Amino acid sequence: MLTNVITSHIDKLPDFADRRLMTNACLTFRDLTLGYGSHPAIHHLNGVVRKGSLTAVVGANGSGKSTLMKGIVGVLKPMEGTVVRMPGVRTAYLPQQSELDRSFPARVVDLVSLGLWPKRGMLGRYTKEDRESVSKALMAVGLGGFETRPIDTLSGGQLQRTLFARVLLQDADLILLDEPFNAVDAKTVGDLIQLIKRWHGEERTIMVVVHDLDLVRQNFPETLLLARQPVAWGDTRETLRPENLLKARRFHEAWEENAPWCEPSGHDHAHDHGHDHHDHAHDHQHGSGPRAA
Amino acid sequence: MEFFYGLFIAPFADFAFMQRALFGSLMLSLGACPVGVFLMLRRMSLSGDAMAHAILPGAAAGFLLYGLEILPMTVGGLIAGIIVALGAGAVSRFTIQREDASMAAFYLISLAVGVLMVSIRGSSVDLMHVLFGTVLALNNEALTLIGGIVAVTLACLAIFWRALVAECLDPLFLRSVSRMGSPVHFIFLGLVVLNLVGGFQALGTLLSVGLMMLPAAAARFWTVRVEPMCALAVLIGFASCIAGLLLSYHASLPSGPAIILSAGVVYFSSILFGTRGVLRARIVHHRHRTA
Repeated sequence: MLTNVITSHIDKLPDFADRRLMTNACLTFRDLTLGYGSHPAIHHLNGVVRKGSLTAVVGANGSGKSTLMKGIVGVLKPMEGTVVRMPGVRTAYLPQQSELDRSFPARVVDLVSLGLWPKRGMLGRYTKEDRESVSKALMAVGLGGFETRPIDTLSGGQLQRTLFARVLLQDADLILLDEPFNAVDAKTVGDLIQLIKRWHGEERTIMVVVHDLDLVRQNFPETLLLARQPVAWGDTRETLRPENLLKARRFHEAWEENAPWCEPSGHDHAHDHGHDHHDHAHDHQHGSGPRAA
Repeated sequence: MEFFYGLFIAPFADFAFMQRALFGSLMLSLGACPVGVFLMLRRMSLSGDAMAHAILPGAAAGFLLYGLEILPMTVGGLIAGIIVALGAGAVSRFTIQREDASMAAFYLISLAVGVLMVSIRGSSVDLMHVLFGTVLALNNEALTLIGGIVAVTLACLAIFWRALVAECLDPLFLRSVSRMGSPVHFIFLGLVVLNLVGGFQALGTLLSVGLMMLPAAAARFWTVRVEPMCALAVLIGFASCIAGLLLSYHASLPSGPAIILSAGVVYFSSILFGTRGVLRARIVHHRHRTA
């Protein structure tokens, strides 16, 4: 197993350098730093997300999970480094804080049909086939017959199912789900997990931000544990070992206005960004005090 | 029958200026009302008002240089409107400031410039012309211009419909599948300016936004889908124009306010009697289904 090879080196290689060697990479992070203002939320991330892998992204609030998702989609531009997507990869993204306007006069079918965009674009007509696939997608998420319901009458769980139907319709190779199980009841979580497993079976690459570690242990083969930088990344059982979790827990939302600047060491740092002085997974040396910008 | 003819048909059958006014205002409704629906759904109803003010200095400049000529005033209004729309849009996209504040700042500056220009050279009668227009004096040039604006508007709406709906419904989703988000926003602002400029000759800068927003606001109380909402807004626009012109003819009232007030009557009726209006909610909700 490829993942076992990786995890056996995890302690020695906190940069997960051997993940760069993988050839069937769907996503490659090269020295990726993402953040807001001059403060990084993802700090010098290196590694590869294998094609067809199902990865849970876990970590405390503020550890950079959502930021990483935004960086992959391209909604947030990197402060440094790059995210390389395999050429021709179709991406579906379900954000944590949707900008969905629920007061907009639309029916369930209108919202789900947006998922046809990659196929039909702005001008392409929806065919009879398309309408059937919309119905099928709704059926698959347990909302058969909900086509003409106005979206402002849906419950939280029903809305989440609707959005999953849209992801289903997007027929994407790379699927990014940011906390899809928030405020959703156990039955819905179970149904959505089944859908994710079906996608996994179809060799799609999936990354899901999750908070419930039991859920991760039961359903996700691989896990990325984040605390601004990766604490561990690989086989779920290895990643979620108590010592790793403890390491991740020591990270708190250390947003310090005057955090020291991150000094170049081995990397070509074109920019200045803040730096926490907590446990580092990598071996950067940084200046002892703030430096003028 | 005779009475009916005298009341509703004769004014339009007997007078060419009434025919032109009717034709021009109906065309305006066709373009402006759907644009108004999207303005409302994007919670930019007041931005339309702001844009109407923003057009003033351009129209005033055209008016001062060439008199009451349609083309210079239109081009001037278009330029002023686009500067304000792009300026306010850019400030909101590239700085921390939200669009409501940047729009307010830009249009207030623009309005002040406009009033200043008119008052330096003109009389208050001139200002009234620019502010309130005159639908009864639409010439061929003006009708052609309105026709062109309506054609452009309907074509743009047809082409960008899906992107426009997506940008309103779920902008972040649109950004994740397409780069159309920002272009569509600016194209839409362009359509707003275009339709306000088309309307100001007939209704004036202040009232043209009324024909855009009131039918849209009224239509919101009748339907839960965008397409019928746009169609209904256009019909309400049509009805308001006809009613307003007749009112203006028979009671010797200024035509612009008469049209807008007719739309106002429809708006208040819709609040009360609409299928999603106040009374309906009170009466129907006493009964409910089992599931």
